[in-house]
Amino acid sequence: MKSIYDVLKYLKEYEGQDIKIMEVCGTHTDSILKNGIRSLISDRIRLISGPGCPVCVTAAPYIDQACEIAGRERHAVYTFGDMMRVKGAEHSLSEVKSQGGRVEIIYSPLEVLDRAKKERATTHVMLAVGFETTAPVYGLLLQNCIEEKADNVKLFTSLKRIIPALENICGLDDISIDGFICPGHVSVTIGEKPYLALAEVYGKPFTISGFSAHHIIMAIYDLVCQISSGKAEVHNLYKSTVRANGNAKSRELIDRYFEAGTAVWRGIGEIKSSGLYLRKEYSDYGIICVSEPEKNESSGCMCGKVMTGGILPSECPMFGKTCKPEEPIGPCMVSAEGSCGIWYRYMRM
Amino acid sequence: MHGFCGRLLRDLVQVYEDVKKDSEMRIVKIGMAHGSGGRSTDRLIKDIFIKNLGNEVLNKLEDSAVLDMPWGRIAFATDSFVVKPLFFSGGDIGKLSVCGTVNDLLMAGAVPKYMTCAFIIEEGLEIELLDRIAHSMKEAAEESGVVIAAGDTKVIEGSGGLYINTSGLGIVEEGINISASGAKPGDAVLLSGSLGNHHASILSHRMGIKNNIKSDCAPLREMVSRLIAEDIRIRAMRDVTRGGLGTVLNEIAESSEVSIEIIEDKIKVDKEVRGFCDILGLDPLYMGNEGKLVCFTAREDAERALQLIKSSKYGDDAEIIGYVEQKDKVNVTLATRLGGKRIVDVLTGEGLPRIC
Repeated sequence: MKSIYDVLKYLKEYEGQDIKIMEVCGTHTDSILKNGIRSLISDRIRLISGPGCPVCVTAAPYIDQACEIAGRERHAVYTFGDMMRVKGAEHSLSEVKSQGGRVEIIYSPLEVLDRAKKERATTHVMLAVGFETTAPVYGLLLQNCIEEKADNVKLFTSLKRIIPALENICGLDDISIDGFICPGHVSVTIGEKPYLALAEVYGKPFTISGFSAHHIIMAIYDLVCQISSGKAEVHNLYKSTVRANGNAKSRELIDRYFEAGTAVWRGIGEIKSSGLYLRKEYSDYGIICVSEPEKNESSGCMCGKVMTGGILPSECPMFGKTCKPEEPIGPCMVSAEGSCGIWYRYMRM
Repeated sequence: MHGFCGRLLRDLVQVYEDVKKDSEMRIVKIGMAHGSGGRSTDRLIKDIFIKNLGNEVLNKLEDSAVLDMPWGRIAFATDSFVVKPLFFSGGDIGKLSVCGTVNDLLMAGAVPKYMTCAFIIEEGLEIELLDRIAHSMKEAAEESGVVIAAGDTKVIEGSGGLYINTSGLGIVEEGINISASGAKPGDAVLLSGSLGNHHASILSHRMGIKNNIKSDCAPLREMVSRLIAEDIRIRAMRDVTRGGLGTVLNEIAESSEVSIEIIEDKIKVDKEVRGFCDILGLDPLYMGNEGKLVCFTAREDAERALQLIKSSKYGDDAEIIGYVEQKDKVNVTLATRLGGKRIVDVLTGEGLPRIC
């Protein structure tokens, strides 16, 4: 193969066995659709969106409690933008804000400390949602708050770990994924090693990819080649950014302030060791979710099946009819990285 | 004796002038008195607004401006400007209010003639800033060839904010019929320059991110008048403001009952704006500009139109970005650089920063 166009020709003309490749990262889903990559490859290569959207997998009671906190006097809630429109059992943060609740969108968690120093009488609550990409930044926020004795900052966590979720998917009976495009940003933190055990135990190839169209096409090509030749290796095609050992400093921040525990993934259910929680010694800086999340929500929403590769978004009976970006039912339709929302924006053909 | 008295008198006058100037300079912020309709209001109007925006019509300070308008079709637009911060790289709220109003008229193919501006000023705004804003408006109005015929001032409680409401009048000459419903299959789609500059500039200021991104806030009078003067058959035209190119194209496709295909390779985004968008997860297709237009022309006129736009001020980066097709299932599609296809939908919600 001499150029990307040779690779594209190969993928378009591929007539081998049917292959299912899962991309486990909302940003990959977005890039695949933004670049029209599905229209460039053979129908025999099926790309499936996995549960790499932290907003989509955040349990409903968490959102309900966040809304309640935002309505309290002398409380301010800070969040990234993609949490705003997701509904809990009843309300979204966006609705609470329009009714006078104090909800502010931030671009970096470190902004929260600046606000807390200016308003000492207010409790400033960071909605700490994300994967291993963002967890270190919340750790850094906590570190700075401790140093500056900003005890009016609290972290309300809903942090997830990607490897247990991948393991859960690999172990499912009814869904057979042949290979995985590994999340680029999470891999910056965790490196290549965590995927090696999965590849060995489950006999699937894992390829770490960046986010440009070229990166993703090469990752798809790499996986098709591995699957076609029966290989199950871990390949890093994002070496410019992802080191084999990941980022030790980021992991050290995570390990210092958080510990693993069971977490409920909205639409999927309980996965052991898949959540990150504040260590007990830092509990003064934390808020605990007081309600038990539903292990199996039954609103007719099929986001869980979409996220584990069981169906394409367009195969959900509510997709584009009762569930649309303007009136989302499931979290996958709301978030900028949600599979259904992205599919609706880019692939509704 | 006379000489001594003379010098004493001159010194006394100088002291009096200095004290008077000093007490005038102490009035540096807008207060509720400026909105009372009394002497302070009068001084504000004369010292700031008439000083900067004065003209034959406005200077009469009547309750209404009486204008001589030709019999025919009049384009009439209104807009409000609430941007924060008030000053940003490439402009300010004043320049924006004139350019935004003028461009709205131009998009109907009208020759902008008159506009009004009503200022709602929060007490606490520094008068010097208001003076700068009024001066910006004067410069933009001169470049646009528009006369500010009427104005109003209100002062409300607050902390130094400013909001401007405008309306604009223009004349649409015979034979000009530009409408969002005018695009036809086969038409060419032209974009006058790069996307996202204004939006990225405002966000950069709000987030305290230092870069060289400047708002593209500009009046497009020269550009549009050249197209019209050279008889380019313009079917539809819009300035690419809030909601971005993606939203505007969807509106035109819906209104004209057509489909539109655009080509990613032809759509320019400045390198720094692209980098800014990549970091924040924003899509330039949905980011606002304040000095760019998209126009739909008869296919045969497209190359000529392109050259006319390129030769105008603010049109250096113009391109033919796509074509209109028969109505299909999807309003707007984009051919990607690698030959793929994607849907360009309307913007839903706001463009939000993502978690990761």
